[in-house]
Amino acid sequence: MKILVCISKTPDTTAKIAFTDNNTKFDTNGVQWIINPYDEWYALVRAIELKEADASNSIHLISVGGSDAEPILRKALALGGDEAIRVNIDIDDSYTIATQIAEVAKSGGYDLILTGKETIDHNGSTLGGMVAELLNLPYISLATKLDMNGSIAHVTREIDGGQELDEVATPVVISAQKGMAEARIPNMRGIMAARTKPLSVVEPVACDALTSTVSFEMPPAKAGVKLVDAENVAELVRLLKEEAKVV
Amino acid sequence: MVLIYLDNINGAIKKSSLEALSYGAAVAKQLGTDAQALVIGDVSSDLSALGQYGVSKVHQLSGVNEFDAQGFARLVADKATEGNASVVVFSHSLSGKALAPRVSVRLKAGLVTGAVALPDTSNGFVVKKSVFSGKAFANVRINSAIKIVSLNPNAFTAVLGAGSAEVVTTAATISSNVKIASVSKSSGARTLTESEIVVSAGRGMKGPENWGMIEELADVLNAGLACSRPVADAHWRPHHEHVGQTGVAIAPNLYIAVGISGAIQHLAGVNRSKTIVVINKDPEAPFFKAADYGIVGDAFEVIPKLTAALKAGS
Ligand SMILES: Cc1cc2nc3c(=O)[nH]c(=O)nc-3n(C[C@H](O)[C@H](O)[C@H](O)COP(=O)(O)OP(=O)(O)OC[C@H]3O[C@@H](n4cnc5c(N)ncnc54)[C@H](O)[C@@H]3O)c2cc1C
Ligand SMILES: Nc1ncnc2c1ncn2[C@@H]1O[C@H](COP(=O)(O)O)[C@@H](O)[C@H]1O
Repeated sequence: MKILVCISKTPDTTAKIAFTDNNTKFDTNGVQWIINPYDEWYALVRAIELKEADASNSIHLISVGGSDAEPILRKALALGGDEAIRVNIDIDDSYTIATQIAEVAKSGGYDLILTGKETIDHNGSTLGGMVAELLNLPYISLATKLDMNGSIAHVTREIDGGQELDEVATPVVISAQKGMAEARIPNMRGIMAARTKPLSVVEPVACDALTSTVSFEMPPAKAGVKLVDAENVAELVRLLKEEAKVV
Repeated sequence: MVLIYLDNINGAIKKSSLEALSYGAAVAKQLGTDAQALVIGDVSSDLSALGQYGVSKVHQLSGVNEFDAQGFARLVADKATEGNASVVVFSHSLSGKALAPRVSVRLKAGLVTGAVALPDTSNGFVVKKSVFSGKAFANVRINSAIKIVSLNPNAFTAVLGAGSAEVVTTAATISSNVKIASVSKSSGARTLTESEIVVSAGRGMKGPENWGMIEELADVLNAGLACSRPVADAHWRPHHEHVGQTGVAIAPNLYIAVGISGAIQHLAGVNRSKTIVVINKDPEAPFFKAADYGIVGDAFEVIPKLTAALKAGS
């Protein structure tokens, strides 16, 4: 089985969020870049587990981005990917990114295409659905569990107030979230091996961006906390009723 | 025409969908056109009453009751094309997340998910959306002829007016490649993203055996239950209650955080809440900086008192 894992580069979860150029660009000054946690902890680690269970499975990684996405792809290779592809275009339009991934997938013969639930910077939760539609494949979103039985994927996905177990024949696109696997750290052997694993760069296909980011803004600052004495919880209830009007 | 896709749970239209309905009606007004809704499946509610939210027509496709992203997306896209929709609105809920991207591709229509405000149509069509897990907003322009917006739950208040909608019911079928083998619902669980009030607790509760008082507080408030990540990781609470950057992102009217320190990754999932109450025994806990109201105290003493005070007041 061939698995394609979509890897995006995001600022570290503790990164300071600020903007430059008249609030039109994210300020990357001093920002550490990581593999988007959903892509790493859930999609990639589950793919690695499937490969550990059956060595005939192979894992390809794809990232659509500039050369600064390569350290991220190397780290994903160190965790256990077999080879990586970078599509050389730095853009934030989901439709364009999905088009590039679909283009690579078309000739790749992948059985499983895995994405994360969402990127923690863009918060789109859109890419998997777009790739699936471009390839005319089924899409199981927000999956918490994935098992293979031959060419049938058994996928548990979140539904309102519960879970649903789906069975679907490959090829299929799945977005992964918490529950699917546990986080891992790459070991020395993985890091050494990653240096020589193939990382190819392909040029993008032409595509019209359907969206473009005009500007960013920060939420209004909080007025500051009003402290209520622990012996006077009735006062908190009064404030919630009369001032905040939320209960 | 503005087309709004409505989602239902067990036949009842979801609250987040009613918000999307009001939002779509407001967008239609802004653009000088009418708003119509689309319901897929058989529902128990009176659909003509949805006219109160400002839609003129409700299209119902009956006979299709098992959700399938691929099949549903085709139905929504066809309805949008048939009615010449210029804007399609979804709620950024579980099914919206599965559907909107597919419809976007089918219609070659730019999509903005997680919208938090009405579009700015003074110069094109620019939608404000939540980014960096609630730490900032981006204004995103949609360049295509058809626009798709997926609205964050609790970001726009549903407004009720007078009016009745024409209901047009037609039969539909889809073929699905996905077989639903089983469905399990946790009984009585309120869907977290739909909850107006959420009561959440962290490691300060010491162990799963102490959650009774948290559940009781949630009960008097008719609130959803949430927790911090280490609590879910330690299996004190189920994974679906984990909120934050790597868990569920929520924006209730009231978020009560008990025994949670307020790490940046936790705040990322809850900072869009309208009012935040923090109960923590450490006055230095970072959460107080993000809170509107706070009590410095021992949760084991404060929570039962708070529950009692709420009970007494209601
Ligand atoms: C990449 C990444 C992603 C992450 N994603 C998330 C996420 O999505 N969600 C999340 O929650 N965390 C996330 N975390 C973890 C986060 O950094 C914190 O470790 C976590 O939120 C701490 O949980 P806590 O507040 O319950 O526990 P602690 O930090 O241990 O805090 C417990 C608090 O309880 C208080 N307390 C103790 N006893 C009492 C008492 N009797 N009464 C009142 N208060 C008491 C203490 O003063 C303390 O403030 C992530 C971390 C990383 C690195
Ligand atoms: N530039 C990218 N390159 C490769 N995969 C991506 C990229 N952006 C997003 N993805 C994948 O799509 C998922 C959802 O992203 P998004 O729709 O942006 O929230 C992520 O978790 C990744 O798996």
